[in-house]
Amino acid sequence: MIIEHIDAQLPGTVTDRHDFRGDQTIVVAKGNLLALVDLLYREGFQLLVDITAVDWPERQQRFDVVYHWLNLASQERLRVKVPVADGETVPTLTGHFKTADWFEREVFDLFGIRFDGHPNMKRLLTWDDFPGHALRKDFPLDGGDPFCMEGCTAPYNNGERARG
Amino acid sequence: MAEMNINDAVVTTRLDAVVNWGRKNSLWPLPFGTACCAIEFMSMMASKYDMSRFGAEAMRFSPRQSDMMLILGTVTNKMAPVVRTIYAQMAEPKWVISVGVCASSGGMYRTYATLQGVDRVIPVDVYVPGCPPRPESMIYGVMKLQEKIEKESLSMRKDHIARFYESLARQDALQAEKGLTGQQTIREMLMDAAERGAGTIF
Amino acid sequence: MDSIALSRQQLDGDHMIVNLGPSHPTTHGTLRIILELEGETICKATPEIGYLHRGVEKLGENLSYQQFIPLTDRLNYCSSIMNNVGYACAVEKLLGIQIPKRAQQIRVLVSELARIADHIVCVGVNAVDIGAFTAFLYLFKQRETAYDLFEMAAGQRLHTSFTRIGGLFRDIPEGFVPLCERFLVECQASVDECERLLTHNPIWHDRTKGIGAISPEDAVSWGYTGPCLRAAGVPQDLRKAQPYLGYETYDFDVPVGTTGDVFDRYLVRIEEMRQSLRIIRQVLDRLEPGPVNVDDPKIALPPKEKVYTRMESLIHHFKLIMHGMEMPVGEVYSATEAANGELGFYIVSDGGKNPYRIRVRPPCLPIFSSFHDQVKGCLIADAVAVLGAMNIIAGELDR
Repeated sequence: MIIEHIDAQLPGTVTDRHDFRGDQTIVVAKGNLLALVDLLYREGFQLLVDITAVDWPERQQRFDVVYHWLNLASQERLRVKVPVADGETVPTLTGHFKTADWFEREVFDLFGIRFDGHPNMKRLLTWDDFPGHALRKDFPLDGGDPFCMEGCTAPYNNGERARG
Repeated sequence: MAEMNINDAVVTTRLDAVVNWGRKNSLWPLPFGTACCAIEFMSMMASKYDMSRFGAEAMRFSPRQSDMMLILGTVTNKMAPVVRTIYAQMAEPKWVISVGVCASSGGMYRTYATLQGVDRVIPVDVYVPGCPPRPESMIYGVMKLQEKIEKESLSMRKDHIARFYESLARQDALQAEKGLTGQQTIREMLMDAAERGAGTIF
Repeated sequence: MDSIALSRQQLDGDHMIVNLGPSHPTTHGTLRIILELEGETICKATPEIGYLHRGVEKLGENLSYQQFIPLTDRLNYCSSIMNNVGYACAVEKLLGIQIPKRAQQIRVLVSELARIADHIVCVGVNAVDIGAFTAFLYLFKQRETAYDLFEMAAGQRLHTSFTRIGGLFRDIPEGFVPLCERFLVECQASVDECERLLTHNPIWHDRTKGIGAISPEDAVSWGYTGPCLRAAGVPQDLRKAQPYLGYETYDFDVPVGTTGDVFDRYLVRIEEMRQSLRIIRQVLDRLEPGPVNVDDPKIALPPKEKVYTRMESLIHHFKLIMHGMEMPVGEVYSATEAANGELGFYIVSDGGKNPYRIRVRPPCLPIFSSFHDQVKGCLIADAVAVLGAMNIIAGELDR
């Protein structure tokens, strides 16, 4: 399987791994990302399915940039997580995969994580001067809109704060 | 000979009656389709529910050539300036039907990105609730609009349209002054409106 | 208003800038394409999306797993049930449960009905954009029958919210199977009729052949999945490659094209409709009686008769609604073959009542991001044809 190849050819890259419900997942540092991507491309993981991020505000490296790959020949899937802190940048994958373009723009728009070398690092889903980054846990759901909770007697979550 | 309509305190004349009859039976819709309600609109235009029985078959996607704008689907904050521009470009007489709960009140999307009802930025005549409303509901909405048109008078001033154009001028001025995008300008105007206690920006 | 008009720097002296959208006649939802034209030839096409970004993923973090189901309906609104099925499969994978056989079969049945409905919209609207209105009207009649079937099963025509975590909302009622049998016959005839109108039509050939062609390597690099990828020549279909819900037991073919142009995409969709009819036939033949919800009171609501008569069912009902399901800590990615391609749900759970993060992987986002490459050097009319064949559903694109 691919993780054995990675351990053999790029030892020390994988800092953490799990196999929850059969999904192969590895955690790598951002410095090793490009070398890993070269290896994955050679091994047939040529369909970059998704790039997204998760916000864990209690951690020092608060974001996890999550990549999903699919190997069309062997139908194997792989998830790669790259932890980054607020303000850090991640190398772009637009050189290897054309699809990374918009996925990285979306991550920038919703989380504020910049990608080095991206040809067009602009917001994708919200407008150009949108104040803040929407999917961060400290961004409120209504984004300061005064009419969102108008006339609403039972707010979301039965009044409990959303986790995080 | 004048007919007094006590309910609306508007005097409709024979000329008004003829003009309104013509207008209500030849409403040319401008389908401002954004989301799922546009699919039910397509069903309404297809053979089973058939909107053309009401004279509203000629869909014109140009605001200059249509009378009735159907807001079909969620209007997000990013889309708000576009709705205002298109409404401004329509020639009078013009009416707006807001189809679906997303357009009427924001629907189930009480979030940072969704405009909580398109009537906050443009004047709306008829609201058709539903998620999505059945084609029969949408036809009923158009029939309600026809009833509303029947009661209009040529001499009646449409204050809400005048206030809309005024708010458009204010929006342009605010945007030029602060150098923001259209969306952010409308957000600021909405915040101002909330502070004043008004629900709309016009 | 410079969100709609372009700033001075972007206006090049030689090229003309034309805005296609965000409100435009090709009712594909709200997207905006800024075309730079030299005469009528497109030099550059910059798509701009987000006009239907409603904040679904953020909203999901504030709703329970069950409450998220109506939001999934409104992703790809032409085939809502497939989104329900995809999401329910993802949460069931997170929980690590298997749903009963009958629920799996019914999910396959309604998914294939939704796939046919989606392809009807895509082919119909594509034809309307190119100027052929008749195919749209003929095909939409079948969509009305599909709506009747959905309404019978779930109570709603378009946004069905039919699945629940652990099974389905309810079992299909009595009149469903006879109407479905009738649908199979009528839809077959309708698809044949549509083919007679379009497939050998020289005008259709002129407008669609050679337009928007893409090589298999490019398609994979752009992240294509679904009919557009198969039209380009890559035989990837999750129903065959990574089967779920018992798809490995059904006998069907996967149409694969050659050039990836608009004509191939149209042919792939028409053939997929036929194969879906085949699958529905097989499901109807082997539909077996049984429960439609998993028998675990911590996951699925107990039946109403028990809630009204037995104490522990009432307590289970209360706990499920107020406290939600007990979810394990972890993350899963689960993908199904939706009408447009691989619809993926990436769910991160921290054990709480609401998901910590829900990510929807939209099939049409990568496809639309390649729009510039597809239409460079073509005419505006070709851009419209390509846009129609990509089947961009803004609800899914922007979420």
